[in-house]
Amino acid sequence: MINKIAKLNKKIFKADIEQAPTRDGYGKGLVEAGEKDKNVVVLCADLTESTRSHWFKEKFPQRFIEMGVAEQNMATVAAGLGISGKIPFISSYAVFSPGRNWEQIRTTIAYNDSNVKICGAHAGVSVGPDGATHQAIEDIATMRAMPNMKVIVPCDAIEAQKATIAAAQIYGPVYFRFAREKTPIFTTENSSFEIGKAYEIWAGKNPQIAIIGAGPVLYNALLAAQELEKEKISVIVLNCHTIKPLDEKKIIEVAKKCGAVVTVEEHNVIGGLGSAVAEVLAKNCPMPMEFIGMQDTFGESGEPDDLIEKYGMGAKDIIKAVKKVIKKK
Amino acid sequence: MHPLHDKKIKFLEETANLIRQDIIKMLVEAGSGHSAGPLGMTDIFTALYFHILNHNPKDPNWADRDRLVLSNGHICPVQYAALAWAGYFPMEEMMTLRKLGSRLQGHPHRGALPGVETTSGPLGSGLSQSAGIALAAKMDNKKYHIYCLMSDGEHDAGNTWEAAMFIGKNKLNNLIAIIDRNNIQIDGFTEDIMPLESLRNKYESFDWHVLEINGHDMRDIIAAVNEAKAVFEKPTVIIAHTIPGKDVSFMESDFAWHGIPPNKDQAKAALAELRTLGGKIKSEHQ
Ligand SMILES: Cc1ncc(C[n+]2csc(CCOP(=O)(O)OP(=O)(O)O)c2C)c(N)n1
Ligand SMILES: [Mg+2]
Repeated sequence: MINKIAKLNKKIFKADIEQAPTRDGYGKGLVEAGEKDKNVVVLCADLTESTRSHWFKEKFPQRFIEMGVAEQNMATVAAGLGISGKIPFISSYAVFSPGRNWEQIRTTIAYNDSNVKICGAHAGVSVGPDGATHQAIEDIATMRAMPNMKVIVPCDAIEAQKATIAAAQIYGPVYFRFAREKTPIFTTENSSFEIGKAYEIWAGKNPQIAIIGAGPVLYNALLAAQELEKEKISVIVLNCHTIKPLDEKKIIEVAKKCGAVVTVEEHNVIGGLGSAVAEVLAKNCPMPMEFIGMQDTFGESGEPDDLIEKYGMGAKDIIKAVKKVIKKK
Repeated sequence: MHPLHDKKIKFLEETANLIRQDIIKMLVEAGSGHSAGPLGMTDIFTALYFHILNHNPKDPNWADRDRLVLSNGHICPVQYAALAWAGYFPMEEMMTLRKLGSRLQGHPHRGALPGVETTSGPLGSGLSQSAGIALAAKMDNKKYHIYCLMSDGEHDAGNTWEAAMFIGKNKLNNLIAIIDRNNIQIDGFTEDIMPLESLRNKYESFDWHVLEINGHDMRDIIAAVNEAKAVFEKPTVIIAHTIPGKDVSFMESDFAWHGIPPNKDQAKAALAELRTLGGKIKSEHQ
């Protein structure tokens, strides 16, 4: 059943649940962070509207910097701003930033310890018809492997907004990953959010499996949990929005309680959330796992829902993975 | 150089008109994609595939073919339509653009479709890849030409200028770059977002031979390529001044049409305009 303390949307399983893309939460969060702190500045590389940076630009034109199609320059200019008292947010698509400008981020933002926040929008195959060139499936891995970088993957627009505001309030490099498509807003203003804390959003009685996920596909995990409950298979669903630093304590706790784990992410299964969880479990309490995500292939053009289904990240696939991993216990 | 007969020019103009119609049909069917760039570059793609290129649609991997590298992959509907008309793949396949399982990916993917030389979409990497192909041709003593089609917006990217410097240094005269100078990018007009002028001076100072043309004039396009082939001491860049959204009046020169398709009604209006224009090409040359 839904964990009451998570204070999720009452309409969570209704057809008319509100929907918005997580990038909307980023855009709103920028405006709010900008109101709170005059040092917040936003840089964008010719994708102002699609990264939802235009709301900030309209409100604070003096603090918005247009970079043109130049992600490497954007990261390095931001690095300079970030060591000079500003709080720069750099906005583009994840394939370009942190894709194209990865080394610039590594040296001048992470190693330099510059106070830059990196927004990678349009991540995952749910980008849809634009195709594989625009579908980042490696960004969590490449950013997670970078020392001094925090990595946050919000599950809906409200959580994205909270993450954006929270990132402005701490010093240091942060990467957040956002999606293009509208997805259900299943958390609420009252749901807790703290960087580095994972939350149990579904708490089955005597749970047999822990489903640990991040990003909008977490909703599919909830749909799966509901189905599984009908079949008398009890699970925990953990919202692990911060992939780095990982809430190891919570992960070990729920994993030990269940004895097997399924991870869920819209990212390559190599190097993402699943890998991060596996690293923690291997060290502390090895146990059977299944990994939902891109199985080391590029995506392609198509409608977002069709792609999620084709590449095995739907509720149905999560149910299958749960049943498979139970047998290995 | 052979003189261009009116008949040939008329054939190219008519073909361009038909390709524009297909671009509209493909985009409305796909429900997403880019309108302005493809329509603006149709005349150049037509001149290339139907007059300039030394190629064989029935043998797309022929070792001595000229290479057409599309750097700004988002304008691929024009390349796809030109490839279909040239006979690289069945015409009806055009309508699968951007759909699940299609060979016509939202951005071109090398290996997915015959005639696509490189994967592109992420801007600013076509010129460097063209340099690599041109270098390989020189090493192997091959005589083919490499045509790199690029956008003005991707001149914001450092990678483009790294390539320009490298190509100038190595005098890769088998490479001809053609820039879609349509003055728009996503966030607005190029000169407001990141000024590029003087683009001519920039390339000249990197040791390129620079030509400027009207990108909608078939004779201009063909003459410029002929001149480029005749220049031996330098690589050539052709700055093609184009009108984004060309020949669909409500799309012309409006950056809002960069990345959206027409809806059904807009497509109808666009096709009506294009058909009227097509009729005029016929009568003008008669
Ligand atoms: C490296 C990179 N950054 C950002 C983008 C997103 N993008 C796609 S098209 C485009 C506009 C560039 O302007 P131009 O190529 O001149 O477009 P057009 O004239 O066809 O409208 C941008 C920023 C991209 N494709 N690649
Ligand atoms: Mg342009």
